[in-house]
Amino acid sequence: MTPSGLFSLVPLIVLLPVLGLLINLIFGGRMPEKAIGAVASTASGLAFVVAALLGYLLWIDNGLAVVIPFADWIHIGELNVAWNFRVDTLSVLMMLVVSGVGTLIHIYAIGYMHEDVRFKNDIGRYRRFFVFLNLFIAMMMILVSGDSYLMLFVGWEGVGLCSFLLIGFWYEMDTLGRPSWANSNAAKKAMIANRIGDFGFLLAAFTMFWWFKDLSFDGIFSQAGTVAAIAPGVILSITLFLLIGVAGKSAQLPLFVWLPDAMAGPTPVSALIHAATMVTAGVYLVARSAPLYTLVPQAQTTVALVGGITALFAATIAVGQYDIKKVLAYSTISQLGFMVAAVGMGAFVAGMFHLVTHAFFKALLFLSAGSVILGMERGHHHLLQHHGTQDKQGGHDEVFDPGDMRNMGGLRKQMPVTFWVYLIGALALAGIVPLAGFWSKDEILADAYIKFPAVFWMLLVAAFFTAFYMGRQVWMVFFGQPRHEAAVQAEESKPVITIPLMILAALAVLGGVLNLPGLHGLTNWLGHTIVGVEAGEFNFFVAGLSTLLALIAIGFSWWLYGRRPLLAGQKDPLKKLLGPVYTILERKYWVDEFYWATIINRYVDVSRFLANVVDGRFWHDFVHDRVIAGTYNWISKIVLDQRVDRQFIDAIGDGLGVLTKRISTGLRRLQNGFVRSYALAVLAGVVIILGYLILK
Amino acid sequence: MAGTIPLSYYLAISAVLFTMGSLGVLVRRNPLIIFMSVELMLNSANLAFVAFARSFNVLTGQIFVFFVMTVAAAEVAVGLALIVIIFRNKHSIDVDLMSNLKG
Repeated sequence: MTPSGLFSLVPLIVLLPVLGLLINLIFGGRMPEKAIGAVASTASGLAFVVAALLGYLLWIDNGLAVVIPFADWIHIGELNVAWNFRVDTLSVLMMLVVSGVGTLIHIYAIGYMHEDVRFKNDIGRYRRFFVFLNLFIAMMMILVSGDSYLMLFVGWEGVGLCSFLLIGFWYEMDTLGRPSWANSNAAKKAMIANRIGDFGFLLAAFTMFWWFKDLSFDGIFSQAGTVAAIAPGVILSITLFLLIGVAGKSAQLPLFVWLPDAMAGPTPVSALIHAATMVTAGVYLVARSAPLYTLVPQAQTTVALVGGITALFAATIAVGQYDIKKVLAYSTISQLGFMVAAVGMGAFVAGMFHLVTHAFFKALLFLSAGSVILGMERGHHHLLQHHGTQDKQGGHDEVFDPGDMRNMGGLRKQMPVTFWVYLIGALALAGIVPLAGFWSKDEILADAYIKFPAVFWMLLVAAFFTAFYMGRQVWMVFFGQPRHEAAVQAEESKPVITIPLMILAALAVLGGVLNLPGLHGLTNWLGHTIVGVEAGEFNFFVAGLSTLLALIAIGFSWWLYGRRPLLAGQKDPLKKLLGPVYTILERKYWVDEFYWATIINRYVDVSRFLANVVDGRFWHDFVHDRVIAGTYNWISKIVLDQRVDRQFIDAIGDGLGVLTKRISTGLRRLQNGFVRSYALAVLAGVVIILGYLILK
Repeated sequence: MAGTIPLSYYLAISAVLFTMGSLGVLVRRNPLIIFMSVELMLNSANLAFVAFARSFNVLTGQIFVFFVMTVAAAEVAVGLALIVIIFRNKHSIDVDLMSNLKG
């Protein structure tokens, strides 16, 4: 087989995770936990191997894109949509990130879910988790490897489904394990917010179909120029519709509200789906659609502004959060804003670069946060076992939240490994030299400085807040004194959890190598796929300014949270400083409440109106009861019963009886009992018959 | 005899006998008389049979007459038995009293 013939292995990146999930689905019931986790991790790991092989083949083939046909799908009239795999530098980059980070998270989840299902008392759900996780990998692979907008959409919907299933993984409880519908409501919220975005995606796909009669990338991009010349509004509307999809999937304004609630899912899910991979699908979509976006500067401006505003907006909210995962969730929204702003303003490589490094350090942060939460839960269980009797006497009033940073403090002594990897992740996110986040974020800032100064300043302020909230988190979680007994008893996690963390930490340190200034590895790599990318100049002013701001922010966070550590029950020092402004941040600008007041409650009103008035009074009471049932009653009672049945059909029956009676009354006279008259009748009959025969 | 008497004479006598028998059956009320009338009808038929047999020189009609006689004897035996039963029940043999099947 020729080396390039090996490209036909590409369907394996989807089939291997599917095989893994099938094994776990069918045989998982009789397999031990470790085997289930091993099967799922191996499936994901082999997909990574295949992706790496594809990457190598592309490298020796000079990055020429290959399209591998796999299956026919739709043939309707002029429209032909096949399930083709597209292997180019962009898709392989995404495959590597998805399967690479995905595999590490699978391994981490073996340890995490082992404890999680025991804390929540449902060991049987362990298998289901890995089935969903493999399904997610398969769907994400379909998304990034599809050769048409429709195949991309299949994956897009598939990962949305997995997101829904995994956010609502503990669907019958809230994040603290109390019986409640909070988690399933969070899942529904994610589903609905994404549905709005998907609607935009669909409109874009319909518009493409209408104008291009094609949905494959090559077909659309090759015609884009001519269509843009005939009807410039078409490309603009397609790109803006796609932006709605991006806002839904990548949690941008105004559809970001689902992502913080999505933290209801188990932590590996938050890391894999809601930080590293799925939510970056929007960024991938814009980068993939680069030939369209570069045609319409208005759309680029809009995308960049949405990204910039989101980055700033979410970064400020993150400052006011107490839940360790909520901080990271808003941080993710903010960082996605960075990426969207980058790809929006045409800095596709910078955006994709940040996507990759962010996948490393944000997955690291989420997984470490999961390790911290597990550590706190272990501490809490330790407490319950030792003070169980007191607990029973005293009732169970206090509900312990293992994710609340106000309960933590001083964890660096109890959980040293988690502390160090968390610190690396936080510094990478804050953009400290020479960690991965510094290089990617500064490439975005440097590009923005040239291309879009307004967004540059927004992102710069957002970067300041990023460094501040990460500093605040590290000081609150790992330094100072424990603010809860559970934090005193917290224990470090097992190697199955900490080893993936260390690998991710290494990647978060070294990730910048991908696209170091001067080397431009990623720029050259993606240059094969995205036309017209140029290597950005390293801007010392921008880099210096952002590093300075990051250091100031970290120093400021030390001044507030590190110098005099927070004590149990004490108010957040920033609250004293900012007062009502802090309350606004703490309450997330009341965006959820605003949506409730303006959209959801109105929607509920409309639904009530439809249910009570339209359906209840009009449809049920009037149409069904009055018109249909009334008419039916009238017809059956008056027409059929009184007229047809009683007067017509009954008359036939009665008439038959009367007729029979009359005939028989006449005939009974013949039966007079006298033998001689019968004999006379016989004689008469014979005479008549003979007379007839003779006279005939 | 020399075959001088034509067939129609026999048939005329047979018809007269049959008519008389029929009328007897229809008008008389005594079952014994009715039986005798029935015998008259049968014998009129016998007469017709032998007349035809003689006329056409075949034996079939003559043989038939023996059958008819046998059947008549059997019928009379049954009929007399019935009359005895009726008499026991009704103490009379008037056939007009036998009208229980009147509709």
